[in-house]
Amino acid sequence: MADGQVAELLLRRLEASDGGLDSAELAAELGMEHQAVVGAVKSLQALGEVIEAELRSTKHWELTAEGEEIAREGSHEARVFRSIPPEGLAQSELMVDSMEDEVQRRLQLVRGGQAEKLGEKERSELRKRKLLAEVTLKTYWVSKGSAFSTSISKQETELSPEMISSGSWRDRPFKPYNFLAHGVLPDSGHLHPLLKVRSQFRQIFLEMGFTEMPTDNFIESSFWNFDALFQPQQHPARDQHDTFFLRDPAEALQLPMDYVQRVKRTHSQGGYGSQGYKYNWKLDEARKNLLRTHTTSASARALYRLAQKKPFTPVKYFSIDRVFRNETLDATHLAEFHQIEGVVADHGLTLGHLMGVLREFFTKLGITQLRFKPAYNPYTEPSMEVFSYHQGLKKWVEVGNSGVFRPEMLLPMGLPENVSVIAWGLSLERPTMIKYGINNIRELVGHKVNLQMVYDSPLCRLDAEPRPPPTQEAA
Amino acid sequence: MPTVSVKRDLLFQALGRTYTDEEFDELCFEFGLELDEITSEKEIISKEQGNVKAAGASDVVLYKIDVPANRYDLLCLEGLVRGLQVFKERIKAPVYKRVMPDGKIQKLIITEETAKIRPFAVAAVLRNIKFTKDRYDSFIELQEKLHQNICRKRALVAIGTHDLDTLSGPFTYTAKRPSDIKFKPLNKTKEYTACELMNIYKTDNHLKHYLHIIENKPLYPVIYDSNGVVLSMPPIINGDHSRITVNTRNIFIECTGTDFTKAKIVLDIIVTMFSEYCENQFTVEAAEVVFPNGKSHTFPELAYRKEMVRADLINKKVGIRETPENLAKLLTRMYLKSEVIGDGNQIEIEIPPTRADIIHACDIVEDAAIAYGYNNIQMTLPKTYTIANQFPLNKLTELLRHDMAAAGFTEALTFALCSQEDIADKLGVDISATKAVHISNPKTAEFQVARTTLLPGLLKTIAANRKMPLPLKLFEISDIVIKDSNTGAKNYRHLCAVYYNKNPGFEIIHGLLDRIMQLLDVPPGEDKGGYVIKASEGPAFFPGRCAEIFARGQSVGKLGVLHPDVITKFELTMPCSSLEINVGPFL
Repeated sequence: MADGQVAELLLRRLEASDGGLDSAELAAELGMEHQAVVGAVKSLQALGEVIEAELRSTKHWELTAEGEEIAREGSHEARVFRSIPPEGLAQSELMVDSMEDEVQRRLQLVRGGQAEKLGEKERSELRKRKLLAEVTLKTYWVSKGSAFSTSISKQETELSPEMISSGSWRDRPFKPYNFLAHGVLPDSGHLHPLLKVRSQFRQIFLEMGFTEMPTDNFIESSFWNFDALFQPQQHPARDQHDTFFLRDPAEALQLPMDYVQRVKRTHSQGGYGSQGYKYNWKLDEARKNLLRTHTTSASARALYRLAQKKPFTPVKYFSIDRVFRNETLDATHLAEFHQIEGVVADHGLTLGHLMGVLREFFTKLGITQLRFKPAYNPYTEPSMEVFSYHQGLKKWVEVGNSGVFRPEMLLPMGLPENVSVIAWGLSLERPTMIKYGINNIRELVGHKVNLQMVYDSPLCRLDAEPRPPPTQEAA
Repeated sequence: MPTVSVKRDLLFQALGRTYTDEEFDELCFEFGLELDEITSEKEIISKEQGNVKAAGASDVVLYKIDVPANRYDLLCLEGLVRGLQVFKERIKAPVYKRVMPDGKIQKLIITEETAKIRPFAVAAVLRNIKFTKDRYDSFIELQEKLHQNICRKRALVAIGTHDLDTLSGPFTYTAKRPSDIKFKPLNKTKEYTACELMNIYKTDNHLKHYLHIIENKPLYPVIYDSNGVVLSMPPIINGDHSRITVNTRNIFIECTGTDFTKAKIVLDIIVTMFSEYCENQFTVEAAEVVFPNGKSHTFPELAYRKEMVRADLINKKVGIRETPENLAKLLTRMYLKSEVIGDGNQIEIEIPPTRADIIHACDIVEDAAIAYGYNNIQMTLPKTYTIANQFPLNKLTELLRHDMAAAGFTEALTFALCSQEDIADKLGVDISATKAVHISNPKTAEFQVARTTLLPGLLKTIAANRKMPLPLKLFEISDIVIKDSNTGAKNYRHLCAVYYNKNPGFEIIHGLLDRIMQLLDVPPGEDKGGYVIKASEGPAFFPGRCAEIFARGQSVGKLGVLHPDVITKFELTMPCSSLEINVGPFL
């Protein structure tokens, strides 16, 4: 019997009934599976207010398969007894005269629906013998609903073009939607979270009027990476342990030799008001090619180009690109990462200006509580590390490094003496890991990335803090 | 950044007051130091070797303080205390004096044999010093810190300190064949030749790092006294004979090296720091060094240098308005004794021998700013007016990557460094044909070369995400590096996309190319700078399933179905098609 037919039967019985009916009783009366009646109840419930159904659970005792067998054919003992011929064994004659099959009688009672006539102890004994089981039956008490009707029509699932053109939608009932179910995600591509953050940083710099520097040269000479920045040739950063040097091409072919001479002099003898480092500066060391260890090499190139243009015009520069370190790798350090760098060159810039620019920059990142710590960088003086107060960690954490480029770096380039250059830098990975709650950098950068994370990552809105989850008290 | 470990209570005793951890942290921050860790010997050992080993170790509280890499004068408790006390105006900076001895001056004669290996040496004497266990430990520790930092792991300078009372001058600094050098080194019970020592120290966890400095030289540096006693074989080890102890009263210090300036700085630092414990505080006995050319110099230099800086320059550089008198006071707090002179706007600053980091007026400006307090400086915005421009290649990249995602492809971000195998063997190419740049000192094979193609990175990304539902559609727009005869090496901005599914999906990758060309406003067809694809071949592609892409009159890349060998070598199992083009020509 189809669902619809059962439902119709149910509705007719319900109309005739006095107040309501029980699903199990109805099933017994109609001689069908209880489950079929339950199905009909559920489909009627889905129609709205046609019926009301209240779930009830009752317990009753049922025979197990073995119990059924015993109720039918007698207990094992009785069967043994009956199988003994009259002439039988002497002992049996002695022990058993006749026997009443008590087990069978009890089981038959249960089968007849009169389990309550048995005592608790008798029932539990039968249960232990696995002849009886207590079964919970879930039934519905069905009564008429506010929109009760015996005639039901099938609900439509979706609106169709035909319904719209014929207007039949006006007369048809529609199956309600389950708004708790999830929708189907659109088929789409996704941008990488780190590069989404990169886009935002580019946007911030552009909003602040900073021009993007070319950084499309991973390979750099030691000259531009270190010497031009007044970083001495014995500096530990120039060690094999920290920097990737190249075997091929091992040496830079072209260096601006006039400028190189000025750099050499500043390192080895001083000049431009400096004592210099007073050591034997070697061109061979400056020619060594490497994978740039910071984008400051690109800034040095940009400032050198700026110095060649006369008269001097003030600039604001930025870059975001890859840098490389031959470092020990761990959960937060890779051999390559992205560096964000900002540079301002103008007459009469002060440390206060640097701090002012940093405040604006970090405000755009949603970081407002800043403080500055004296620090040492080989190519900036004064230098300051930038700290911000981390609400989660309840402490000050370093968010960037900054300073005023040394005259020993700027003057050999040919920049005018009263021009100051302020600069700051930070890594792209760190704020991204904090933003997206990633602990292991390998899950973010490189081929071991978790694509599901890429698929699921939200928009990058650096100045919009994610809303904190509602607390117990607030709920 | 070097980290100096000091006993907290000893530090507070020397500072004449106690601080809470927070207060001391705050003081460090203001001064440009960082209280990195609060620990104890016991805690350190237990962290590194477990609780069992730590039992019985000292639980005296230690402060680990990060010191700026150019402040050699703060690398020991003595220097830290002096710096902070002067900063807080609790003491005046001591004046360091070099004095001549009552008797004969100690002489160190350098022979010409040292020229080829370690040509420079300087020396000084600390007279009537009084060590305690803590002072002695600090003295040893300072030498170690200097060795690790300014001395560049003893390559530039090596320090030897000796009990002068066990020796008799004059001393000779020379270089000899290793087999001709024989002495009992520190912590050994018998004599060894230099050759034997170099062998023994190969397994010494501390000393093995310094052996390379002289290992392959024909002559080794060595210092003798007038009786032929070996003081040291720099930069490896001192002799046992002249070892100093907590009871040593007179110390002969020699610094040998390849960098004369740094040798002088190192000597100045040691004697300024520890002359505090001499009977005549802050005085150092001179020693004479005779160079191979016969000229002799007296050390330590302990040079005080005068610099003139105008007050308005400091104000202008920092962005403050302080009177010259106040600025002089600020600088004096930074161990730079200063006074206003001349027209009332000039500040004369005395740079003491401890502040070798002051090499330019900008270093003085920084110290004035630190003493003023960075966080007291008024923040202002510069009036610099500029119009922003994007770097054209990056601008195009930004536009393209958004539309690549809109076309249903997901962005990957792979490493620029990889193994030779990734860009050559796995793609069926010989490494010599790749024009890749090679790294000379990779720690692992992952960093042998810079990538010449983006494809391996994308295939590795797929391999790491094989559990994800198919199809996988990935792209990356990033730089690759090619050796170049003009500039050495050059970056090229590439766009690569891959389609990985149960079917090769060439039509999908082909469709993506059509879409990209549409986005770049390049029409189909060979005329008018349009684009076409022509049957081609490549070792990475399945035969007959590869085409070369021509656009704007030049070849810009290839697309096709990957060769099953390539798929297998990248540990993939499904068919895959790919596309890689150079973005540069579309600017």
